[in-house]
Amino acid sequence: MTRTERWAGGLLLVLVAGAVIVPAIAKQDPLAIDDILNARLIGPLSSDEAGRFHLLGTDRFGRDLFVRMMLAGRLSLAIGVAGSAIAGLMGVAIGAAAGWWRGVFDRAAMAVSDAMLAIPRLILLLLCAALWRPGTSTVVVVLAATGWMGVARLVRAEVIGARRQPWTDAAHAVGSTPLRVLVRHVLPNAIGPAIVATTLGVGNAILLESGLAFLGLGVQPPQPSWGNMIAGGRDLIVTAPWVAIAPGIALILTVLGCTLLGDAWRDRLAGEVPTTLADRA
Amino acid sequence: MGSDPIGARRSKRHYHPVIYLVRRGAAALGLLWLVLTLTFLLLQAAPGDAADLLVAPDAPPDVALQLRQELGLDRSLSHQYGRWLGHLLRGDLGESFRRREPVRGILANALPISIWLGSISLLLTFVVGVAVGSLQASKRDRWIDRVLTGLTTAVYAAPSYWLSLAAVALFTYGMSRLGAPQWLRLPAFGLTNPASDATGLAVFPDLLRHSILPIAVLAAVGAAGIARYARTAVLDLSRSEWVRTARAKGVHSSGVMFRHLLANALPPLVVLLMLALPGVVAGSVFVESIFAWPGMGRVMLEAISARDYPVVMGATVVYAGIVVLANAASDLVLHAVDPRRRA
Repeated sequence: MTRTERWAGGLLLVLVAGAVIVPAIAKQDPLAIDDILNARLIGPLSSDEAGRFHLLGTDRFGRDLFVRMMLAGRLSLAIGVAGSAIAGLMGVAIGAAAGWWRGVFDRAAMAVSDAMLAIPRLILLLLCAALWRPGTSTVVVVLAATGWMGVARLVRAEVIGARRQPWTDAAHAVGSTPLRVLVRHVLPNAIGPAIVATTLGVGNAILLESGLAFLGLGVQPPQPSWGNMIAGGRDLIVTAPWVAIAPGIALILTVLGCTLLGDAWRDRLAGEVPTTLADRA
Repeated sequence: MGSDPIGARRSKRHYHPVIYLVRRGAAALGLLWLVLTLTFLLLQAAPGDAADLLVAPDAPPDVALQLRQELGLDRSLSHQYGRWLGHLLRGDLGESFRRREPVRGILANALPISIWLGSISLLLTFVVGVAVGSLQASKRDRWIDRVLTGLTTAVYAAPSYWLSLAAVALFTYGMSRLGAPQWLRLPAFGLTNPASDATGLAVFPDLLRHSILPIAVLAAVGAAGIARYARTAVLDLSRSEWVRTARAKGVHSSGVMFRHLLANALPPLVVLLMLALPGVVAGSVFVESIFAWPGMGRVMLEAISARDYPVVMGATVVYAGIVVLANAASDLVLHAVDPRRRA
């Protein structure tokens, strides 16, 4: 384990642990609005009149920002991981099928992936968010549907390369079915790069999810997401800057952790995963 | 296959610039057609149709039926597709549901604003990103490289809308609170000052002042990504044999940097410029939204919240068209600057 991996991994672990534990044990309800007049927009590190301490202050409805931020972290991390994982699985399946059987499916899959790569991912996400009802499940589906192309190309290239290898011929020669050769002998070689590409995609997915939520097209209030929390602090950026700053820093730290970890893993597989710049929010 | 001598496999097809141009152009058109078909299918797959949106829910059912007939929504899918594509080819993007005017006009008003924002940001993204990346590579593992690596990684992780909000807070409220001179208090909203009565070219200085913050945010996010990429690219290049040869011949260090490294770095740089484009497009949507610039991104967002599908589709088509065009153009440039590709 390199130093970067330890730092990035530790950072992500702390964030995940906080997101899981804090909302579960916190006394403040992150969704309930009770005493707006006395509890609204309290600065960080201070207590309200009822004597409750607010580590990061409160938002305009008097809800504790720290607890909300951690609850939002649950959702953002879950959506980011789920969206990228489904995209990764789709990419492996489509790329493997296209590279192994070639022919019409290969051509069709690559044509669709070319066309989808020609539309900037954010625009594609906005288009889908406009056509379907915005919400948590829509975001996951749409992130998966717009994120599979990179992994598919990667896996397809690996599979095509492996088709020509002597050990593939050997597996055929001993009588393995083509599907078995693909799953047992060819795919394991392609899975490493696919996992790294998927990990690199998590940070991206979280950024895009927060971006959609910021625009009101992702996770819907009162359910907190880092994006819609920043949107909630947008008009208060001068009078109560902490409302937008706190979730922004949580978001940056999370994406930073994912990027660094993905980079470190890519360096391990030197040269197998191309460096690409993805759409960010 | 990998052991083939370079070009041995491709030499059957002779390179000719015109043939290449035609071939590349045809590929771009084919891709554009695919994108259009994909957007059409997406629209068809979405629940409900235009008539559901245009007709009040309490209207009698025959009103919707009549509208469907008028819009041709009762015809077969292939018929609708043919009609839609035919209109598109004539440059007709339909009529906005909300504003009742041609989508083409709406987008034509918004496009120059986005192109102004996007092209300057892209240029700055590229120049600053490559400069920072090269600096880092030449000072590899020294403190300046470490500081810049930390900075670029952090900015790369930050969402552009959050940076925009921070910039607004800092340069409007923060600067006046800190007692900074007047010129540092930058305007945060709109294209120009609505109170000024300047017209024609006199508007330009005001437009420039209003452009500083949006362009700076967009370029910072883009440049951070490019710098990360450029650093690795320059490091890879500087390890190559011809750089060692040049150094061994006694070529001065900066001479190596400019004559040898950059000449060979040109093709990857063009690729880099292409890679930066989608990021700038995505960032511009947020930046336009926050700084209240009536560009393509803002038009698209407004259309989405109003469920104004023709405008959303039109904007998507324009965005995709820009990316496809830029891709084809960068391929052509690559062929011009890199003789190895003409094999």
